[in-house]
Amino acid sequence: MFGNLQDKLDRAFKVLKGHGQISEINVAETTKEIRRALLDADVSFKVAKQFTARVKEKAIGQNVLTTLKPGQVLTKIVHDELVGLMGGSEAEINIQGNPAVILIAGLQGSGKTTFTGKLATYLKTKKGRKPLLVGGDVYRPAAMDQLEVLGGQVETEVYLERENKNPVEIARNSIKYAKQNGFNVVIVDTAGRLAVDEAMMTEIGDVKEAINPSEILFVVDSMTGQDAVNTAKAFNDKLNFDGVVLTKLDGDTRGGAALSIREVVEKPIKFVGTGEKMDALDVFYPSRMADRILGMGDVVSLVERAELQFDEEQAKKLQKKIAKNQFDFNDFNDQIQQIKKMGNLKDLVGMIPGIGKMMKDVDIDDNAFKGIEAIIDSMTPYERANPKQISGSRRKRIAGGSGNTVIEVNKLIKQFEETSKVMKMMSNKNNMAKMMKNFPGLGGGKM
Amino acid sequence: MGLFGLFSKEKKEKLDSGLSKTKDSLFSKLAKTVVGKSKVDDEVLDNLEEVLITSDVGVDTTLKIITRIEERVLKDKYLGTDQLNRILREEIAALLEENNSVDNAGYSLPSDKKPYVVMVVGVNGVGKTTTIGKLAYQFKAAGKSVMLGASDTFRAAAVDQLKIWAGRVDVPIVEQGMNADPASVAFDTLESAKSKGADIVLIDTAGRLHNKAHLMDELSKIKRVMDKVVPGAPHEVLLVLDGSTGQNAFEQAKEFTKATEITSLALTKLDGSAKGGVVIGISDQLKIPVRFIGVGESMEDLQVFDRKEFVDSLFN
Ligand SMILES: Nc1nc2c(ncn2[C@@H]2O[C@H](COP(=O)(O)OP(=O)(O)OP(=O)(O)O)[C@@H](O)[C@H]2O)c(=O)[nH]1
Ligand SMILES: Nc1nc2c(ncn2[C@@H]2O[C@H](COP(=O)(O)OP(=O)(O)OP(=O)(O)O)[C@@H](O)[C@H]2O)c(=O)[nH]1
Ligand SMILES: [Mg+2]
Ligand SMILES: [Mg+2]
Repeated sequence: MFGNLQDKLDRAFKVLKGHGQISEINVAETTKEIRRALLDADVSFKVAKQFTARVKEKAIGQNVLTTLKPGQVLTKIVHDELVGLMGGSEAEINIQGNPAVILIAGLQGSGKTTFTGKLATYLKTKKGRKPLLVGGDVYRPAAMDQLEVLGGQVETEVYLERENKNPVEIARNSIKYAKQNGFNVVIVDTAGRLAVDEAMMTEIGDVKEAINPSEILFVVDSMTGQDAVNTAKAFNDKLNFDGVVLTKLDGDTRGGAALSIREVVEKPIKFVGTGEKMDALDVFYPSRMADRILGMGDVVSLVERAELQFDEEQAKKLQKKIAKNQFDFNDFNDQIQQIKKMGNLKDLVGMIPGIGKMMKDVDIDDNAFKGIEAIIDSMTPYERANPKQISGSRRKRIAGGSGNTVIEVNKLIKQFEETSKVMKMMSNKNNMAKMMKNFPGLGGGKM
Repeated sequence: MGLFGLFSKEKKEKLDSGLSKTKDSLFSKLAKTVVGKSKVDDEVLDNLEEVLITSDVGVDTTLKIITRIEERVLKDKYLGTDQLNRILREEIAALLEENNSVDNAGYSLPSDKKPYVVMVVGVNGVGKTTTIGKLAYQFKAAGKSVMLGASDTFRAAAVDQLKIWAGRVDVPIVEQGMNADPASVAFDTLESAKSKGADIVLIDTAGRLHNKAHLMDELSKIKRVMDKVVPGAPHEVLLVLDGSTGQNAFEQAKEFTKATEITSLALTKLDGSAKGGVVIGISDQLKIPVRFIGVGESMEDLQVFDRKEFVDSLFN
């Protein structure tokens, strides 16, 4: 995993060299890549095609003012375009009316019932409302029990008519019940249904007619593939829903369905589900979603930050020392400080394309360098300037002083030697990326 | 778009596509082998690409299919669109792993494995519990004694749901209620199945996303425990995939295979408009056969997977 991280860092830093203007020729390769990234992310075939065409149009002729490659600039254009598409106007849930009526609809297993429970929590805690949950799924085995259990978990009353097989009646009755009992929001759960099931689509149309919801939410599994557009369109044609709920985003799906749906029905994504528990509900962040779909971190800002902190003068000095084989622990320490200046390590890693996702669950210690620094600090100035002279007994002392074991000290010194070797090898090319590559703090994991 | 229509559809806008290189070379080869006035050209491949991608086949597998057709066309001295249609179907079907280990259609069971234990796994909401209900119905109809194990003790009312299925199909169920240790439920179920002489045991498990390490570990543990009661159990680990899932199904298949060595796949919700094309690449890469497809919510709505029918359905 860390090998991969090195590669990515390497590549990310290589883009520091500039490349002129975006043209028909250099845009072709990248648009292919972008289209492929979109398709791999399950963005619909048609949407991906339209989208790349649009991006290409925008990109051609643009000057690459920064020192980024056209590919990078293009990726940024794509990213911004995506964010724009998915963002739009602020998408709050509409809970006007007394009671406000919210209807939940979607395919089987998409996460409607779970979301119903989460929404109740949200409305209670964030909006100070008194919601009533309504069991409108008369088909799925134990659907009502499920809702009842969730209602219990979120301490919200659940309206059920266990013997009634007519969801339209149940929904209508529940509104009456809410009015009589002082509930100011009614959330109606419904059975999962396929867009191609005419009888079931008619049924949900009838439920809508009967209760006139202030808000209709379409719940969709973020792992959905190409069919997302068909389904969203069919539900929208039937219900003209107000917003989308994207569930199971705690998985590792790229979630291109979000873009497709947004493009096809032009409705905002209002919530995302990020777990099975009742508090695993989040509002929607367009930028995060764009990153996710493209499978990229924020390349651009990573590059910008690197540029900002990269000190030409210092680099030249260092270069000379390397060439003369004088690279020592003082320089090594300088390099660490350089990287630290660029920001917190977790943020930095998050910005590296592909890695952000991979490292999501890994605890990156913000103090990844702490162990290294402690060891270097415990060296005498003589030792720092003369790495070759650090003998066994010196190592023992350093270990004691820095609170490490000798093994760890040995490891650092070994990594240092390897790094110096590689740097020497590359010293004719003034390239920070190459130096980064063998940086032990990143290469060797936590010390 | 019918399969034949695929090759006669009028010219459409050429795609700005990553496939264009492959397309060109295939086209030139096709052009050489086709005698005279053929309609076959780039548009065929554009259309093929669209059909496959919109069926969730994915870019990699689509490229692979095109390459295979290309090779085949060279070898077979392709002559006309009829043959190309046939070749296309054959090549796609060939990517789907043949399922020759078990006699699906008859729902028969290997006689040396009794009880035959099937553990059903998958991400949330794909249709695991429903598929178990349907399988129980089929095996019972085939004269087998079936037992269910309620090892999803986590999702709200999961045990109730499986109990209702057990009641519908009229088969016994072993459960310890909600929040019980799922491995312990599986253990109990197998003990009970052994003592009662059941032919087949179906173990339901909680839906879990494959990127959650602790939940995947739990699954491995449930699996390990079974072997202690019935050596070799589970004999089958069935991964349920939602037919509407896109490319993420690949990750699912990989991760579940790591945790539990998946032996077969079930593809659900094919009664909808989704095609489930992602299984082609999964079956091909991981060499796992698709055994069943779900085509509805009732207990009869389970079918034995048929490669040819499935491939045809991509073009309908
Ligand atoms: N990991 C994860 N699981 C979720 C999320 N939302 C729902 N689930 C799970 O997905 C499965 C299906 O959720 P339900 O709420 O039953 O889905 P539904 O749409 O009501 O299903 P039907 O009523 O059968 O159509 C359950 O296992 C839920 O726990 C989420 O955001 N993340
Ligand atoms: N149309 C259709 N619906 C299906 C099919 N298989 C399952 N379903 C529905 O999908 C929803 C989820 O099914 P479950 O069996 O509860 O799924 P699960 O994988 O056990 O879900 P969790 O245990 O929550 O992870 C239910 O509404 C089922 O009726 C199918 O083949 N076609
Ligand atoms: Mg439900
Ligand atoms: Mg289940």
